Amino acid sequence: MAETVVFARPQALAPVTTHYCPGCTHGVIHRLVAEVLDELGLRERTVGIAPVGCSVLAYNYFATDFHEAAHGRAPAVATGIKRARPDLIVFAYQGDGDLASIGMAEIVHAANRGEKVTVVFVNNAIYGMTGGQMAPTTMPGQVATTCPLGRDVNLAGYPIRVAELLATLRTPAFVARAAVHTPLHAVTAKEMLRRAFRYQAEGTCFSLVEVLSTCPTNWGIPPVEATAWVEKNMVPYYPLGVFKTPDGPDRAPRPAPVVEA
Amino acid sequence: MAKKLMKGCEAIGEAAVKAGCKLFFGYPITPQNEIPEYMAHRLPQVGGTFVQAESEVAASNMIYGAAGSGERVFTSSSSPGISLMQEGISYIAGSELPVVIVNIMRAGPGLGGILPSQSDYFQATKGGGHGDYRLLVLAPWSVQEAADLVQDAFDLADFYRNPVMVLGDGLIGQMMEPVEFKPERTPCKPLAPKEWAATGCSGDRPTNIVNSLFLDPEVLERHNQKLKAKYDRMVRDEVRCASYGTDRPYDVLVVAYGTVARVSSTALDDLRGEGVDAALFRPITLFPFPHAELRAAAEKAQEVLVVELSTGQMIEDVRLALEGRKPIHFLGRQGGMLISPEAVAEKVKAIQASSAEVRRG
Repeated sequence: MAETVVFARPQALAPVTTHYCPGCTHGVIHRLVAEVLDELGLRERTVGIAPVGCSVLAYNYFATDFHEAAHGRAPAVATGIKRARPDLIVFAYQGDGDLASIGMAEIVHAANRGEKVTVVFVNNAIYGMTGGQMAPTTMPGQVATTCPLGRDVNLAGYPIRVAELLATLRTPAFVARAAVHTPLHAVTAKEMLRRAFRYQAEGTCFSLVEVLSTCPTNWGIPPVEATAWVEKNMVPYYPLGVFKTPDGPDRAPRPAPVVEA
Repeated sequence: MAKKLMKGCEAIGEAAVKAGCKLFFGYPITPQNEIPEYMAHRLPQVGGTFVQAESEVAASNMIYGAAGSGERVFTSSSSPGISLMQEGISYIAGSELPVVIVNIMRAGPGLGGILPSQSDYFQATKGGGHGDYRLLVLAPWSVQEAADLVQDAFDLADFYRNPVMVLGDGLIGQMMEPVEFKPERTPCKPLAPKEWAATGCSGDRPTNIVNSLFLDPEVLERHNQKLKAKYDRMVRDEVRCASYGTDRPYDVLVVAYGTVARVSSTALDDLRGEGVDAALFRPITLFPFPHAELRAAAEKAQEVLVVELSTGQMIEDVRLALEGRKPIHFLGRQGGMLISPEAVAEKVKAIQASSAEVRRG
């Protein structure tokens, strides 16, 4: 009986083992991006940009040309590549410390200029690579090494909702938030990523998909609990859905009232 | 092509276009705003792209991205802006990308002032950003030379896969002089195809990765040594300098670069009429510094005078070059104050007089 391939590594993923911790969803997000690149036939003209953070070595995991960027500057690097070679598909893969803290200026201005690039923004509410410090996205009350008593919103402010913030810009864009803590969420996330890359391939607009992710290691809980933590603590504050499309304002998802983690 | 009267900043911009550069990313700062303004109207005429970045930090990372895709790219700024660009410049050097950076220096430190200065010599020649790296630094003394060096800078950057800085001051940027562009320019270095560029990996080509991250210390050490070997080749092959009046006997050798050398040459012309014997040595590359050439020129002099628009930065390289062989004097102004030919002439005469007195014993 002939074998039928029902599951294979996407061409856009390199045949290597990643360094990600058990229960981290970077691997899932890498795979979704790679599947979309394959399915849209974009791999051979794609240039990715790796951030500084846990996904700093993304250039080893994707089978596409890549740039490593300085901390937070991936949208500026993406701008440089795309303006130099508009025929390329350019995507930046960034974490929440990278994009929402040190790189806030770069992401806002790249979005506002309407750079025809795609940003995959992985939000796990903490600094992972440096060992669990408070991020701009850390939940109120959430313990991190630099807020050992929990995030005090009187001193550190509230977590920044990047998708909502970028959706306020007048420039046309596709801005969405997804999650990958259940298979169903992952399927929706892939559809959003596909839409984001399609808009770029068609030369339509800037696109960003924020993906809620887990960090069992620095949250200090087992992987299964981490997926539940996303559902319980992150999704109510960071509502999932499409916030902005190039065709005009979408019915933006609304967050639930703030809850202490 | 006929000579055209151009402002320094405009000549720099046109030189980049003539060198085939179609990409500019930059942020406004005085006294170099005419460069981005020139590029903003000129680049669309040649099918190029101008982007006003949100900051110099972003601009330096944009040129990193553009250079990584194999296209010629340049940016310009002035001192505080160049400080902000050091992040990108360090990554560009570490990733071995060719870019051209024009620094029209103004007086510092901090916000300083907007008038001409040479107080960023250390920053330009000794690294500037973090890590063990060098820029190739070219210092023009006229608008024509600025135009010529900017064109050479693109060839040198491509040849060495290294950032090249053209270091001028507010005078170079703002003064108007006749400029001529050669209709058929030959690159000053042989240029190879940029097979390393990240432009999409079609077929079975291994992925091209633009990167300065090497977590294995042995690998990073080898990378540093590879960079050092490249800087050594620059030292061997790229030194440029000029001297004036060294064909006659002279007591005092004046060492200056950029517009200060220009002022000093006027002083020497004036001194000749007064029977004072002085010559001028002018480094054109600040890195690599013309150590051997300067040492040879200083052989014939009794005394050496370094003139700079700083409290004394290049003078350290002059000391290294001369290794204590000659007494070294200094004349400097700071804060955007300029040095007149009269001030240089007076200083030379004072040095010569005291030197003659010492020799008479």
